[in-house]
Amino acid sequence: MNGNPATGVEPPGPGAPPPAIAVEGLECRYGDTVVLTGVSFSVREGELFFVIGGSGCGKSTLLRHLIGLQKPARGTVRYGGEDFTNADLAARRNLLKTFGVLYQNAALWSSMTLRENVVLPLEQYTTLNRREREEIVSLKLAQVGLAGYEEFFPAELSGGMRKRAGLARALALDPRIVFFDEPSAGLDPVTSRKLDELVLQIRETLGTTMVIVSHELASIFALADRVIMLDHEARGIIAEGRPRELAAASDDPRVREFLTRGDEKV
Amino acid sequence: MTVVPSPACAETIVAGDDLVVTVGGDWRITGLLPSWRKVRGDRAPHGVRLRAEGLGRWDSSLVRFVHEVQGWCREAKISCDTSLLPETVRRLVGQLEQAQEKRLPVDHSQNFLVTVGLAATDVWRQTREFASFVGECTLSAIGLVKRPGRFRWRDCFSEMQQCGAMAVPIVSLSSFLVGLTLAYTGAIILRQFGGDIWVADIVGLSTLREMGAVMTGVVVAGRTGAAFAAQLGNMKANEEIDALETLGIAPVDFLVLPRLVALTLMTPLLVMYANCLGIFGGMVVGATVLEIPPSAYWIETQANIDLSDFSVSLIKSIVFGMLIAVAGCLRGLQAERSAAGVGRAATSAVVTSILLLIVADAVFAVLFNVLGL
Repeated sequence: MNGNPATGVEPPGPGAPPPAIAVEGLECRYGDTVVLTGVSFSVREGELFFVIGGSGCGKSTLLRHLIGLQKPARGTVRYGGEDFTNADLAARRNLLKTFGVLYQNAALWSSMTLRENVVLPLEQYTTLNRREREEIVSLKLAQVGLAGYEEFFPAELSGGMRKRAGLARALALDPRIVFFDEPSAGLDPVTSRKLDELVLQIRETLGTTMVIVSHELASIFALADRVIMLDHEARGIIAEGRPRELAAASDDPRVREFLTRGDEKV
Repeated sequence: MTVVPSPACAETIVAGDDLVVTVGGDWRITGLLPSWRKVRGDRAPHGVRLRAEGLGRWDSSLVRFVHEVQGWCREAKISCDTSLLPETVRRLVGQLEQAQEKRLPVDHSQNFLVTVGLAATDVWRQTREFASFVGECTLSAIGLVKRPGRFRWRDCFSEMQQCGAMAVPIVSLSSFLVGLTLAYTGAIILRQFGGDIWVADIVGLSTLREMGAVMTGVVVAGRTGAAFAAQLGNMKANEEIDALETLGIAPVDFLVLPRLVALTLMTPLLVMYANCLGIFGGMVVGATVLEIPPSAYWIETQANIDLSDFSVSLIKSIVFGMLIAVAGCLRGLQAERSAAGVGRAATSAVVTSILLLIVADAVFAVLFNVLGL
């Protein structure tokens, strides 16, 4: 969160601060199977960045490597210029505090109430006292439109509410970057649109950098400043840019087909 | 290249009767933060004015700080001016204010009477569900007798391996040690009367009529009953049970009956094996501590146990196997659709199995006494 969010998409000039995320030559493997290779891109501070591509192209694999759930076979991931891939335990712990993740199924801890879910990162990483933590929880839940739901268990909420509660937990430590894994999965179009609006509102208010893994075209066109498209056969990035420009004028027919659902009309 | 944050600060200046609080620096929730109590000290201003100067990155910690200042001013019944703070900060403080007022009533606690009432209705509901599940299993078993070809023998054999053969090591150890313990305990009294040899009778009879079946039952409940509940609970959480139902396949036929048959067949075998190991455990104590030759021990055991003792053990083991399978599968199918639900189902399966086992054992004790077995 900061007072002056940067949302521009122009490349940074010399002497500019390092990008929020810089990925260089990343190779992702499962055993001997190479899923992605030579993946390089950067995400600027405050940018709404989408990772798109068909099913099985390695979007979620890339995300798991970005957030440190899997170690890359080659390459590095840097956050604000700091190496995350080869960081020692203390540096890694410090970097983990700077980003939040909203998982596909929200991944709320089912035996805990929403308050307990959101308060856990605060207990872990801050020196706030109990009352102060409670206030932050109320604020976070209010930010995602769940004010008053502190004592509800995840099982007592609808799918959309669970996603929003997952977002509140991801935002608990006011991370500079939030990763979303298929945020629209399992949601109806209206709930999905509301979640998109929430993402925009949070970016606007908090200036958070958002990296969203999705193949939901409506969300991509509504939100994305910039996208990278992954391809299963190419095992890497086949396009990078603004979604509308790519849909209209990409040289690669696979990109146009994906972004126009094959009907070449956007 | 990283940007080093400047620490969050809140400085005060007294302007007339008011206290002017200037917030600045980088406010990170994970960093060191100014405390309003320390910032204000023991001053008693007539109003507080908040303003920002040199404010870098900020997050919820600043919002919370401003909210705390506002709350303090409200309690002290003095004015609090936040108009000089950034608009986003003021908006979020307003949001926090509203959120704190809006707590939806949800009460997960109950008073004593309500708890007792709910527990009573729950016992009744569970009894009905258990009876209904036993009924379903019976109908399914009748279906198996009518059409044995449709039974999932492969699943059944796999379960038999899991709950039978794979349980042999733990059953061996527990039954051997129980036999050993019984022999030691019996020897304490019998030695005083020079009746060491009767240890064989005590161990033989108590193992066959009681300990073999009960101990194996407890081990199987903990091992297999919990596994059944966890497997079925997980399947329910993943909507696999729903998928069976929408295909028109009864989960009881597909999932419960193979497990029920497997455990009903394997428990008696395990119990018979446990009986042998229990007697062997007693024999080891007899030979090593009481100086009873194994042949004498065996002859004494044979002389005092007969077919009725084996029948008792066999009947108990069949019923125990059925009860554990039914309890495990029922708890699995009743599990809530969450990770915690699966855990609760496994725990509940073990508790239910052991409870049923003890109740059944008591019923058998009375029944066999009446029947003279």
